[in-house]
Amino acid sequence: MVISLAGIPRNLSVLVLFLLPAIGLGLQSTLAAGEADPAASPVVSSADSIEQALLDVKSEDEAVRSKAVALLIEKGDASLVPKLDAIRAEADRAVRIAIKPVIDLLKNRANLTSGQPDTRRSAAADLVGTGRPEAITWLEEAAAKETVWWVRYTMEEAAQLIQLRSQDPAVRLEAVKKLGDHRSQNSLSLLQEFVEAGTQSGATEEQRTLAVAAETAIEQINSWGWWANAIETLFRGISLSSILLIMSLGLAIVFGLMGVINMAHGELMMIGAYATFITQQAFIGWFSPDLFDWYFPVALPVAFLSAALFGWVLEATVIRFLYGRLLETLLATWGVSLILMQAARVYFGDLTAVIAPQALRGGAQVMVGVYLPYNRIFIIILSIICVLGIYFLLFRSNLGIRVRAVTQNRNMSACLGIPTRKVDSYTFAFASGLAGIAGWALTMVGNVDPGLGQNYIVDAFMVVVTGGVGKLAGTIWASLGIGGLNKLIEPVSGAVYGKVFILVGVILFLQWRPQGLFAAKGRSADA
Amino acid sequence: MPEPVVTRQGSRETVVFYVVGVLFLIVVPLLNVVPDEESWMHISDFRLNQFGKFLAFAILALGLDLIWGYCGVLSMGQGVFFGLGAYCMGMYLALQIGKESVYGSELPDFMVWTQVKELPLFWYPFKSFLGGFFGAILVPVLFATIFGFLAFRSRIKGVYFAIITQALAFAAWLVFNRNETRLGGTNGLTDFKQLLGFRLSDPSTQRGLYILTVLALAASYLLCRWIVASRAGNVLIAIRDSESRVTFSGYTPWMYKLFVFVVAAGLAGLAGMLYVPQVGIITPAQIGVLPSLEVVIWVAVGGRGTLIGAILGAVAVNYGRSVLTNYFPEAWPFILGGLFVVVVTMFPDGLVGMIRKLTDRKQTHRPLIKVEGGTTA
Repeated sequence: MVISLAGIPRNLSVLVLFLLPAIGLGLQSTLAAGEADPAASPVVSSADSIEQALLDVKSEDEAVRSKAVALLIEKGDASLVPKLDAIRAEADRAVRIAIKPVIDLLKNRANLTSGQPDTRRSAAADLVGTGRPEAITWLEEAAAKETVWWVRYTMEEAAQLIQLRSQDPAVRLEAVKKLGDHRSQNSLSLLQEFVEAGTQSGATEEQRTLAVAAETAIEQINSWGWWANAIETLFRGISLSSILLIMSLGLAIVFGLMGVINMAHGELMMIGAYATFITQQAFIGWFSPDLFDWYFPVALPVAFLSAALFGWVLEATVIRFLYGRLLETLLATWGVSLILMQAARVYFGDLTAVIAPQALRGGAQVMVGVYLPYNRIFIIILSIICVLGIYFLLFRSNLGIRVRAVTQNRNMSACLGIPTRKVDSYTFAFASGLAGIAGWALTMVGNVDPGLGQNYIVDAFMVVVTGGVGKLAGTIWASLGIGGLNKLIEPVSGAVYGKVFILVGVILFLQWRPQGLFAAKGRSADA
Repeated sequence: MPEPVVTRQGSRETVVFYVVGVLFLIVVPLLNVVPDEESWMHISDFRLNQFGKFLAFAILALGLDLIWGYCGVLSMGQGVFFGLGAYCMGMYLALQIGKESVYGSELPDFMVWTQVKELPLFWYPFKSFLGGFFGAILVPVLFATIFGFLAFRSRIKGVYFAIITQALAFAAWLVFNRNETRLGGTNGLTDFKQLLGFRLSDPSTQRGLYILTVLALAASYLLCRWIVASRAGNVLIAIRDSESRVTFSGYTPWMYKLFVFVVAAGLAGLAGMLYVPQVGIITPAQIGVLPSLEVVIWVAVGGRGTLIGAILGAVAVNYGRSVLTNYFPEAWPFILGGLFVVVVTMFPDGLVGMIRKLTDRKQTHRPLIKVEGGTTA
């Protein structure tokens, strides 16, 4: 029968169907019967019916189209997607609208068994949007085989979300309860609808029970959500703190040792970031794409050394003439920073970005509603490594002993034969190198642009001022405090007023502790 | 310290003050009006207006010189006080636009397009000129008093104070950029039409404003000189040179610092007030970190610790900027940065210091700024 229909020219069949709806309906019902029981018409192979459906989908008659769509969804697979795409490209609007869900469904169905967990997960999430009950069985099958818990969670959640739209109240009730157990954030708006429907005056008994169940579910979800949110805020705070920490460590060491506030510190970071960018470009230009991800580890020494070299030159040409004139060093380094920024703007332009290596893309879903990006985790780990490295350098090495001696009493150290100028020069270069490392890490969380240093530098200064001079612990606590507070206030007041509050907080804090968190103890009146 | 040197230089400065004052107050406006436009003597309306702007900046620089050059406290947030003064005057001017605005509403244009239906409460005082005038002085003064009290009382000084004021400038810039502060957001306040009934587009109004600016600058200069020459001025210089000795002598340095900081803020507000009607716009870009630091470089270039130097530096750097940005727009940040480095490392006494060095050949060079006694232990 299907074959016979295929023989008729399409416009003719449309004409017939159009003129004689009764016959058309009859034809359809038999057609449907034929599909429902393929064994009854063994002549019809599924391939043929799909071929037919592909033709029917282009039909101008809505009934025929929806029939074909249903068939394609049930029997089709991802191999049809290119064909459907081709049809869609030349069809008119109504047909395109009809085909769209088919393509989505088929694609997502195929993606459910993809090799990439992320693809599987987003396929499951997309299937919710189609709302087709067929998808439930696919999702449940896929979930049974799934090994990654987060993907499995999404699949189960998606299946329940589709169930919510079921006609059967019992199924809906079940789905509501399950979603509550799942702490599903995505179901909140739908559940809210149920609650509203149940509290209306004309609500049926079923609606009311559903509303009660939905309310418990919402409560469950919200209390979980509060915790998840708290953990994420904490994580963001720590992440910002560690960025500030890597930045301020270099600043604080130089400030403690020489009393120099290096306003060009942000631009030394920028040098580190551009060094990373240049290394990346070199890898793109000279090495095979397989090796591309190696650019990032290679860029670490490049960033460190280029920033350190620049810092060394800066110390030798500008800062050494200004010893003992602290405010002047501040101004001179500001000048240097202006020059560097403008040079970067002229040479590199305004927007350049570094592509993160594979290992740092994406993130870890540690629990429902808590997603930790790998690049942030990386920066937190890096800052810990930096602190440990500096600790060993300052307290377990020869240079460290000298640095601490000069920090405590420059004249006395010089009398005892410590080459203070050399110590200054090495320390400054090292601190600049640290800024380079900070820049290297920052390429993972933002663009490389000439204003890179300026974005964080004011906060970094606040950290140094709050932490106190030359104290590692002070810098750590201050950066944790300022970074954490920043992220804590931000959701309440917005980023801008968050910054203002921090400034007010720092000023008030200095009322209480004018020398910073950990004041250097000494007998000097002008400390 | 040999007393005669100071008086001689003082008397010379007085002569310079009267000569330059007469030049700017009488000769420049006359050159704008009398010669005809083709003549080489003629100063165009544009130039006159530009001079007016530079002289307003000079008032700002005077304030910074007072606190930095004489008291040794580097404030990197003078732009904030300048901005507060400018915004106060700008609010008055914005309300004077009235029905002439683009949308024909009594409210300033930006309020119309940000859906503000009623004038916010804090705008009301600026409906009258006196509100704008006193607001432009008192708001920065009040703000400086609170900020300075908190900062100086807890003995935040030196680099710490510089950093805190820089953060202040940064925070102020962020806040003024927001639309919900109801101050025009990024676009600021502009499109002013009249001031006390005088059309701002009229050259004669601009000439009047220029003369007012010269008078205000002269008055500020005299005020600063009076402060510097007074006993309090001596204490200021003593604080700059050795704060702990001043403390041990029984003075309370933070009160002097607060006083001079507040005076500097008032001068900055005055400068902002004169700046707005002449330039016709005030935006957050004028009050950020960079504009605040530019004030520092004017003073450094001119020669800090001398009042003439601050004025000279403000006019010279700004004039250089207006000429150079015409020819090499990309080069200005390089030049500005270079100025910072070169002036600070090689010419700590600035232009005035160089001039004195050249004219006082017979005397041994006496640095204006004493090098602080080495790094502290």
